[in-house]
Amino acid sequence: MASIISIADLSKTYGSGRKALDGINLEIARGEIFALLGPNGAGKTTLISIICGIANATSGKVTVDGHDIVTDYRAARSMIGLVPQELHTDAFESVWDTVSFSRGLFGKPKNPAHIEKVLRDLSLWDRKDSKIMTLSGGMKRRVMIAKALSHEPQILFLDEPTAGVDVELRKGMWEVVRALQASGVTIILTTHYIEEAEEMADRVGVINNGEIILVEEKSALMQKLGKKRLKLHLSGKLAAIPDSLGGYDLSLGEDGQQLVYTYDTKSERTGITSLLSDVRAAGIKFHDLDTSQSSLEEIFVSLVREP
Amino acid sequence: MMNHRAVRAIYLFEMARTMRTLLQSVVSPVLSTSLYFVVFGAAIGSRITQIEGVSYGTFIVPGLVMLSILTQSISNASFGIYFPKFTGTIYELLSAPVSFFEVVLGYVGAAATKSIILGLIILATAGLFVPLHILHPVWMLSFLVLTSVTFSLFGFIIGIWADGFEKLQVIPLLVVTPLTFLGGSFYSISMLPPGWQTVALFNPVVYLISGFRWSFYEISDVGIGTSIGVTLGFLVACMAMVWWIFRTGYRLKS
Repeated sequence: MASIISIADLSKTYGSGRKALDGINLEIARGEIFALLGPNGAGKTTLISIICGIANATSGKVTVDGHDIVTDYRAARSMIGLVPQELHTDAFESVWDTVSFSRGLFGKPKNPAHIEKVLRDLSLWDRKDSKIMTLSGGMKRRVMIAKALSHEPQILFLDEPTAGVDVELRKGMWEVVRALQASGVTIILTTHYIEEAEEMADRVGVINNGEIILVEEKSALMQKLGKKRLKLHLSGKLAAIPDSLGGYDLSLGEDGQQLVYTYDTKSERTGITSLLSDVRAAGIKFHDLDTSQSSLEEIFVSLVREP
Repeated sequence: MMNHRAVRAIYLFEMARTMRTLLQSVVSPVLSTSLYFVVFGAAIGSRITQIEGVSYGTFIVPGLVMLSILTQSISNASFGIYFPKFTGTIYELLSAPVSFFEVVLGYVGAAATKSIILGLIILATAGLFVPLHILHPVWMLSFLVLTSVTFSLFGFIIGIWADGFEKLQVIPLLVVTPLTFLGGSFYSISMLPPGWQTVALFNPVVYLISGFRWSFYEISDVGIGTSIGVTLGFLVACMAMVWWIFRTGYRLKS
């Protein structure tokens, strides 16, 4: 894997003594979409802030395309576009001016054609002369994306890009992100929506309490998430699972009062129909049933619990 | 290698802000200066005889220009850097490939430019009320530029330090304005009782106004060399402070 970002043993302790990041090691591959998942306060934003130069690390090292983010910050930061989570925009400037300002700030020569393309891609072109304060929240977020793209970054950080964004707009953003990836841009996005990671990412990293607890190909993680459980609430107690049901992934719960079947929703056949007829044939009676999917929350919990 | 495009972008962004707020940036200082002329120059000045060979109205011109430059430099530069902190747009400045020197150059350069323009406008306005003669125009401009840059730097520091709008106002209001009024804008230090003359020498603004007035009329409360020395000293102190702020990330980076 050719890394574009290498993070080695990165830690961050705030002045208050709170440890936000604890020995992070992570490699981001060139050209991939990497989704960083984690509950609120897990350290996602802190990690991004350090890479982008907004916060200082307590210890550890980060390189961006071989450039150290502290000693060679100019080269490192020139490659990065950042869209923070909070809506931070100017108020009185026009869309065109604020986006052009960003390009200049990153040391790039004027290129009105590029700015125009970015604004058109983000459906902001007809509002280019509007003052930012007159725009809706969704438009302001797109202005922030336009600012980040104005200087043609090779790496784009999207911190919770679709938090509070309606479904229509979310799909539009996904399209923009895909087009960027196709043009060779590496994208790192944080989210706590599992669908977003599922839709977009090539790889997924899970962060909790300032530690990376898992980095996996999305397909592998989705398999874990794709499992569902069918619970049969039995009318009587069952001492053991009958041999006739040995072919199913079954377990007993609640002192033998529940029969739990785990199955894969992604496979063509879930096996539910044949299970139910086999249960009936085995003479097991049940009075209720329900199904549940392991949520991201549960995955977090189970990951954290593991030694 | 310097990111000159970033300096230019920040500078033009700040100058555009000035142009947007032209009324408040230029018209209001000019108006208040005119009021000073009416009140001090015409009403009170008519009862004061000449001070060291120049009429009272003429005498107060350099002090009035300084008064505006000090307050405007501080308020421009402090607001310029405080506002991005307040709205959160500072993230972009921190994540951009710019050195702290370039950031200061952009913000302080724009604030100082505005002050210099304003100082010249006020000078021209004063010329409408009283006859002006400038004996050392080059020195006059040098003092104007030096003071504008120094106090824009000072304002920049206040803008970084402030974590609320109140703090943004407190130093200009409680420290700079009193020091300017007591710094000989409207009188010569020699007009004070001897005890207060000594106290006045602890006021740094006395040296600024004295030096500036010298460049007009060759009248000064303290030696011209001392004036330049104190002004440069304050400039160096502000630069050291800004250097420390950026080295430590004080109030900018966690």
